[in-house]
Amino acid sequence: MRNVDRLCLAHFWVAFGAFLFACLIGTWQMWVRSPLGANIGTPGQYFMSVTAHGVSMAYVLTTFFIMGFGYFVAVTALNRPLPGRLWAWAAFWIALLGVVVTIIPIGLGKASVLFTFYPPLTASAWFYIGLVLVVAGSWIWCVLMLVAMSAWKREHPGQPVPLAMFATVANAVMWLWTTIGVAVQLVFQVIPAALGLVQTIDVGLARTLFSWTLHAIVYFWLIPAYIAFYTMVPRAAGGRLYSDTMGRLTFILFLIYSLPVGMHHLLMDPQHGNAMKFVQVLLTAFVAVPTLLTIFTITASLEIAGRLRGGRGLFGWIAALPWERPMVLATGLGFVMLGFGGFGGIINMGYGMNAMVHNTSWVTAHFHLIFGGSVVIMYFAIAYEIWPRLTGRDHMSLAPLRMQLWLWFVGMMVMTLPWHWLGLQGQWRRVANFNYADPIIAGWGPWVVVSLVGGFVLLISALLFVRNLAVLHRGTVVAVPRALYAVAVHPPKRVPAALNGFGLWNVLVLVLMVLAYGFPIAQFLIEPSPSAIVHRVR
Amino acid sequence: MSDARHEVDERWILRTELLWAFGVGVFIAAALGMILFTALTISVNPPSNVERIDPKALHLSGEFAEHNLGTTVSGDGTVIVRAIATQFMFVPQCIAVPANRRVTLRFASPDVIHGLLITGTNVNTMVIPGFVAQVHTEFTRTGDLLMPCHEYCGQGHSEMWATVQVLPENRFKPGSDGRISCAQR
Repeated sequence: MRNVDRLCLAHFWVAFGAFLFACLIGTWQMWVRSPLGANIGTPGQYFMSVTAHGVSMAYVLTTFFIMGFGYFVAVTALNRPLPGRLWAWAAFWIALLGVVVTIIPIGLGKASVLFTFYPPLTASAWFYIGLVLVVAGSWIWCVLMLVAMSAWKREHPGQPVPLAMFATVANAVMWLWTTIGVAVQLVFQVIPAALGLVQTIDVGLARTLFSWTLHAIVYFWLIPAYIAFYTMVPRAAGGRLYSDTMGRLTFILFLIYSLPVGMHHLLMDPQHGNAMKFVQVLLTAFVAVPTLLTIFTITASLEIAGRLRGGRGLFGWIAALPWERPMVLATGLGFVMLGFGGFGGIINMGYGMNAMVHNTSWVTAHFHLIFGGSVVIMYFAIAYEIWPRLTGRDHMSLAPLRMQLWLWFVGMMVMTLPWHWLGLQGQWRRVANFNYADPIIAGWGPWVVVSLVGGFVLLISALLFVRNLAVLHRGTVVAVPRALYAVAVHPPKRVPAALNGFGLWNVLVLVLMVLAYGFPIAQFLIEPSPSAIVHRVR
Repeated sequence: MSDARHEVDERWILRTELLWAFGVGVFIAAALGMILFTALTISVNPPSNVERIDPKALHLSGEFAEHNLGTTVSGDGTVIVRAIATQFMFVPQCIAVPANRRVTLRFASPDVIHGLLITGTNVNTMVIPGFVAQVHTEFTRTGDLLMPCHEYCGQGHSEMWATVQVLPENRFKPGSDGRISCAQR
């Protein structure tokens, strides 16, 4: 096994280990807040569990998966050795140390502040220091991705960077921008408060800085799924990518529009005026564009594949697709979840309509469906696709893989559709237990039980996923290398500099960030909001 | 739409992409147009009054001192509700409001971030220490509604909720000082 393969596998196993742990405790959480498990466990245990679930899924699964996948793409798409392999291992160990440093205070009950850690509630300083280490590891990864791309460009002057690497670097650049908000919040506000150096905190400013990170981070998690859509799915389906240019545009649009939109998470907040809220809602609407373009391009690519395989008529090509292949199946199921989740997202974006659903189960449903559903199902598909390349062993049978993907899809739909409905009824988020004796809440009980069934199905799927990967390490079937990356219908020979790098787009991001966040942040410097006393959780 | 055509014609690809992009543009414009239209014509806006208040001195004097909390009807008939969201209760625990009349709800927090919604209505706001959260609404149905805290505020968060009693006009009778509390039952 090559060293870089070990590097990728180390990242993936940390990611999926955290994932399995988070699925286990997530199911427990659903159980205790349902009518079936009412009054099992204490609120202290519940909020400790919610914190661990959020941190594991949102910070560990994602960051480690994305880093591992990035190294894989850098080596395979550029077809050259990874620069700075020692740095990559250092980043891995720094981030892993960060995970340990974060999880210990959570387990001791000294960090039950949930993964969004809104001050003035403040956890043990180690909780934040651990998170900073995870981010520091990911920053090294970002630099390595940039170095790998520029080294390739020097060796191939004038040639277009392969789309998979172009997209990976877009994500790295976006992540550097994204983490600025939370880094400033942690270093200048939260960690001094946690250490006891300051006793009060400007809550409005802290929330605004966190919102800088809060939306773009979701696109950081999402982009690997889109990389698979553009660069792996067309080949897996037996076709070609409809348009390479559209792919480049999509990832550039993600870089530009993921960032100046975070205040749509603060629509119901009193510290910002309507004008700036509206500006960011306007920009939020544009972040739907890259997704809508992707749906078109990938559907068109799949149509090419379906017709090449003999599909006829308006819809006949759909039946002709090789649905038995996990990558194709995951894309189909992922698109369905993306459809439902995207529809919910448009509602959330509605500046005034948001009042119906803000901080209700609707929101929990929305991000579980979009991230846990359409994104994570593509993480599965990517893992299934590249694991044989990393281990040199192939899947004995694809049936358990398909079964696992179907279970994930069914579980996610059964869990989140009732949550959407309950959210519209006013069921609020983040509570350890409900008083099912209350006449309003009693009516929610049956739907909560239905969603719990979905949770169990998801847990079974998660166990099956880890089993499917684990057996590969002991498998005897030797993987036959085959092409991974899709070729475009018209492969680009040259592309404009703007579509082959990010210099210009960084300037545009800066302009948009000044426009979107300039005043909202400056207002706290011009007239600081009356500060609140720090509340340390024990 | 033959396969051959897909394979050869770059202009065909560009044309389909532009057509789709046009559809996307129309969709985005329609969504934003709707948001703008409802904001300008029927004032569908999020709560955004940007009004600062010191959380450390909330209870000492001024608008959110204890004797000012609850429902007040002023001489011109304006109904204003003032409540404090604090770990882990709302003060007061029950709020009386009239049906089918414009009501202004004002909240402040002396400690951590809270939030609230009122079930079956569009009332929803965050309560951020340092700022007054203000929502205008009109309750259209009478009866008891739940007003839970919807942002995690600590271990007792799940127990933090109040009741909103929506009274028909003939039972909404403030005292001579313009104040009204929930009916005892």
